[in-house]
Amino acid sequence: MPGFVIIGAGQAGVHLSESLRAGGYDGAITLLGDEAHTPYHRPPLSKAWLAGELDEAQLTMRTPTALERKNITLRTGVKASAIDTVSCTVTMSDGSKLAYDGLALATGATPRALAVPGADADGVLALRTLDDAAAIVRHLDNCADRDLPVVVIGGGFIGLEVAATARKLGLAVTVLEAAPRLLGRVLVPLLSDWYAKLHADHGVEFVFNAQVSSIVSTQGQVAAVLAADGRRFPAGLVIVGIGVTANDSLARAAGIDCDRGIIVDACARTSVPGVVAAGDCTARRLSDGSLLRLESVQNATEQGRSAAAALLNQERPFVAAPWFWSDQYDKKLQMAGLSAGAEHWVVRGAMASGSFSVFHFHAGRLIAVDSVNAGKDHLLARKLLDASVSPTPAQAEDSTFDLAGLLAN
Amino acid sequence: MPNITYIEPSGEAVTLNLPAGWNLMQGATANGVDGILGECGGSCACATCHCYVDPLRLGELPPPSEGELAMLANVASERRSNSRLSCQIKASDALEGLVVTLPPTQE
Repeated sequence: MPGFVIIGAGQAGVHLSESLRAGGYDGAITLLGDEAHTPYHRPPLSKAWLAGELDEAQLTMRTPTALERKNITLRTGVKASAIDTVSCTVTMSDGSKLAYDGLALATGATPRALAVPGADADGVLALRTLDDAAAIVRHLDNCADRDLPVVVIGGGFIGLEVAATARKLGLAVTVLEAAPRLLGRVLVPLLSDWYAKLHADHGVEFVFNAQVSSIVSTQGQVAAVLAADGRRFPAGLVIVGIGVTANDSLARAAGIDCDRGIIVDACARTSVPGVVAAGDCTARRLSDGSLLRLESVQNATEQGRSAAAALLNQERPFVAAPWFWSDQYDKKLQMAGLSAGAEHWVVRGAMASGSFSVFHFHAGRLIAVDSVNAGKDHLLARKLLDASVSPTPAQAEDSTFDLAGLLAN
Repeated sequence: MPNITYIEPSGEAVTLNLPAGWNLMQGATANGVDGILGECGGSCACATCHCYVDPLRLGELPPPSEGELAMLANVASERRSNSRLSCQIKASDALEGLVVTLPPTQE
């Protein structure tokens, strides 16, 4: 029996492999990672690791020995180049073939590249992998040594987390954002503005409605970012944080249904029986027929568990409210639910205090809560959303009202 | 480099020698100790590295932060007076021989 093959050894792949064991499966499990590193935690890369507060070993998610003990075969630095879902084989980039009884795709996502002239200069970097982060650290050091600013293209989570870390290191930072506000895809204007002020108070410069036209380099090394309006932003490092694309080309070439991600149902099953997918590479079909793409730790672990169950012919749908967090300076943003589609929101707590939550409502019902340094609100929000219990906006806004009491009833 | 003992949910004891500066979650997840997930990588955001600290030595640890207390309110297994998040406990020589017991579930 060839057993199960998992392509991708990130958060989703590792959880999937261990969930297969926890589910009682005792056959062969092969975990394939295209990076040279053993599985590691990505979230600290933009924060504690970049700031030099952690060493590489502390990022380890599982050592090879730990996986061996669970009889999981880890192969790192290998790339799958094709899948044949009829003969049930994976072809590796070295031409070797690997047979499977069941296949899991946890191929992740790739940062979108900046499509302007000069973007291939040394020092124009995205952040996804440990190698990316190591390159960023080298350039941050160079910026510190030579007193050069950091330019961040894209005011999303990755860009803003790196901006905060660079400020912590004492570097000048300019964020160029194409939209009129930060985090426009995920935050309501109230919070976008709050985050812009947080960063401005820490000395970050912002340019909104910015259109990057080219990258100027000197002897191959980035020197400046040019905007369409002619402005020139000197830079020793340019961070490109303009989103990611799901790694679905392997699946698409194998005839598995994809639409900006590998399409899965709530149980992480793809259009091909015996093939499941989990994490950043997926687009989940919701009950109303729409597709939901999430890029988060929770999505990776939850779908990893669902996918493992599906390979073991069980149904374990992932239906919990999405949650996400972002650390910037001493502020932890924790999001529960998805606020897109909200037409009304109220604030619990005082925004000026730096600890508050924004409750989002659609058709009078709670659909999402974004909390800043208010972990209790966040966890309560997850419980309320998962139980489909909604406070009224007036109750949510009244910080003396006991929201937990709604769950007890 | 203190030795820290983890009691897995099965009752099995695993002793690890942790480099100073590592937190207890890092040591456990890297070495595949059963009973700790540590999904968020130590960001105090997921509450899946819950442990019970030897009550006799609880007082040796710095008290939990507001953020940790909020997370502890949502752990999957029973919260006890000696509940802590292992990602918030840093290994140091002073903690030599510390025993932490892992709860039946983290999710």
